[in-house]
Amino acid sequence: MRPGALSRRLLAAYVIVYVAILYFPVLLLPVFSFNDSATPKLPLVGFTTKWYASLAGNEAMHGAAWNSLIVGVSAALLSTVLGICAARAMTRHRFRGMAAASSVIMAPLILPEIIIAISLLVVLLGLGVQLSLLTVILGHLLICVPYSVTVLVSGFEGFDPSMEEASRDLGETGFGTLRRVTLPMLAPSIVSSLLVTFTISLDEFILAFFLSGTEPTLPVYIWGQLRFAAKLPNVLALGSILIAASLLMLTAAELFRRRAERKMELRP
Amino acid sequence: MTETMTHPSLKADIAPAAATRPMIEIRNVDKVFGNFRALDTLNASIREGEFFSLLGPSGCGKTTLLRMIGGFDEPTSGEILIGGQDMAGKPPNLRPTNMVFQSYAIFPHLNVSENIAYGLKRLKLGRSEEEKRVKEALAQVELSNLGPRMGNQLSGGQRQRVALARALVMRPKVLLLDEPLSALDKNLREQMQVELRHLQRQIGITFVLVTHDQYEALSMSDRIAVMFSGQIAQIAEPKEIYQNPATRKVADFLGGMNFLTASELAVDGRQFRATLPGIGAITGHLSGKEITDPASAIIGIRPERLRIVWEGETADHIVTARVVDRNYYGEMTSLMVAIDGQAEEISVVETNDFGADDIPVGSVIRITYDRDAFIIMQG
Repeated sequence: MRPGALSRRLLAAYVIVYVAILYFPVLLLPVFSFNDSATPKLPLVGFTTKWYASLAGNEAMHGAAWNSLIVGVSAALLSTVLGICAARAMTRHRFRGMAAASSVIMAPLILPEIIIAISLLVVLLGLGVQLSLLTVILGHLLICVPYSVTVLVSGFEGFDPSMEEASRDLGETGFGTLRRVTLPMLAPSIVSSLLVTFTISLDEFILAFFLSGTEPTLPVYIWGQLRFAAKLPNVLALGSILIAASLLMLTAAELFRRRAERKMELRP
Repeated sequence: MTETMTHPSLKADIAPAAATRPMIEIRNVDKVFGNFRALDTLNASIREGEFFSLLGPSGCGKTTLLRMIGGFDEPTSGEILIGGQDMAGKPPNLRPTNMVFQSYAIFPHLNVSENIAYGLKRLKLGRSEEEKRVKEALAQVELSNLGPRMGNQLSGGQRQRVALARALVMRPKVLLLDEPLSALDKNLREQMQVELRHLQRQIGITFVLVTHDQYEALSMSDRIAVMFSGQIAQIAEPKEIYQNPATRKVADFLGGMNFLTASELAVDGRQFRATLPGIGAITGHLSGKEITDPASAIIGIRPERLRIVWEGETADHIVTARVVDRNYYGEMTSLMVAIDGQAEEISVVETNDFGADDIPVGSVIRITYDRDAFIIMQG
């Protein structure tokens, strides 16, 4: 064996084991969701789509999915809008307290989520605010904005500030410049931001669990179902749909992002 | 660019009587960034229809000044007037100026025509007028067939032309150019220098060019302001700047000035007299300069004003010099010579038609000078 060949083989084995541990359980989900058995265990008994069929008639699940959609879309839109403002300020201006402001924005990334959830709950209840989807959206904003800002800061850094100056120079107002130059040029980053934050919101559990009151989001609903062993196959079916949907969405968005990015690239 | 293109709206503006009135007035302008004084009490007046260059090394404040005229920066104190109007607090979109940016800033998500029409859209001219103006602008910069090309598919030279067309189509009173040629290769740069100068003469509006390239400034400008560390050292026509630089720094920046050791130097009315060791007694004109402190003044001569005296030739003033270095530049040769009594080596530039490129290093040659070529400068 040539020197280095052994270490290369070890590395390859490591990668295979690593990827298997990471994805094997996820791959089992769809497999068991088509298995004609109330418990997810081998050997497989027979093929069925009844778990999916029973989801179709499950009003509670539909409600939870709808709630998740509302929360996810709202959190994604709001955090991206806030992210655009913050990222622009951080890349185009120098101001007193900038470092402090950016630390505060980023802080929720490192704070334990359960602490954030409990403190928010205490404060909201103390203020007499009714728990609802709105409170979930606010909670999700807190953890989504750091991701939006990170994605958008690199978007702003990627384009020449004189583009915006040129627009002003050609008679356009500040708002017109945002609409006609900044946003179109940022489109790839905006799509990334929307996507990342929607995904984060969609599968966020702790904040939603504490703040959703009587309107569960999908993860909260799934958590509730897990208490009944008989419902497990339904959860597996729901999980499989979610995986498929996220994959589709991610692929579509990535394709769009790449296309938009290609359009922005300089090709001399 | 086409000879026949004109700039209809501007023709009327340039009444002959108004031809020398100031278009831009810069009065006591200061700019301070924290502890750094980027611009220090600048005063200048740029005439209507003038090609004016701000020349200086990087960091001298020339771009800061240009950005202030365009409205991208505000002076810390002092005022800038354009067409007689104080521009304080006016954003770029409300100023009669347009800028060609150093990076050109061509919008990559728009095609060439859309880039040029960008500013027109706000003027609500109507579709046919807008199209007509875009077409004219494209023709003006010789890009008529590139209208549908996307902004990110252009070469450097094409982007420069689009940036120019996009600014000119707005029919500004003043066109600001921030090192517009520095990104182009040498041949294209020289071609664009000629075209820009040509275009400016045709359109007749004021151009303010920022450059660090002295040849660019000399060849294109009506007048040049030479700047160092936030101050204007001299404002004059190119020939004056080159032949009669106000200070040693200006002379140095414009290239190739020989500074001479003088054992005696006296200013007398409009003349100066000096004794230069190894060269002899010389006289020269102050040429309008005020030499307040003759002790710190310095005498100089440009390398091309020194000539080699070939064998069999004679001249009134002969100086003996030893060749210490030789640089070959194709059509000419630069010789560094040492003269007894002179502290610094002196550069002599000769065209190669008499064999200056064959003079060996170490040989002793005779040189002479043009009588009026000595310049006095404040040190």
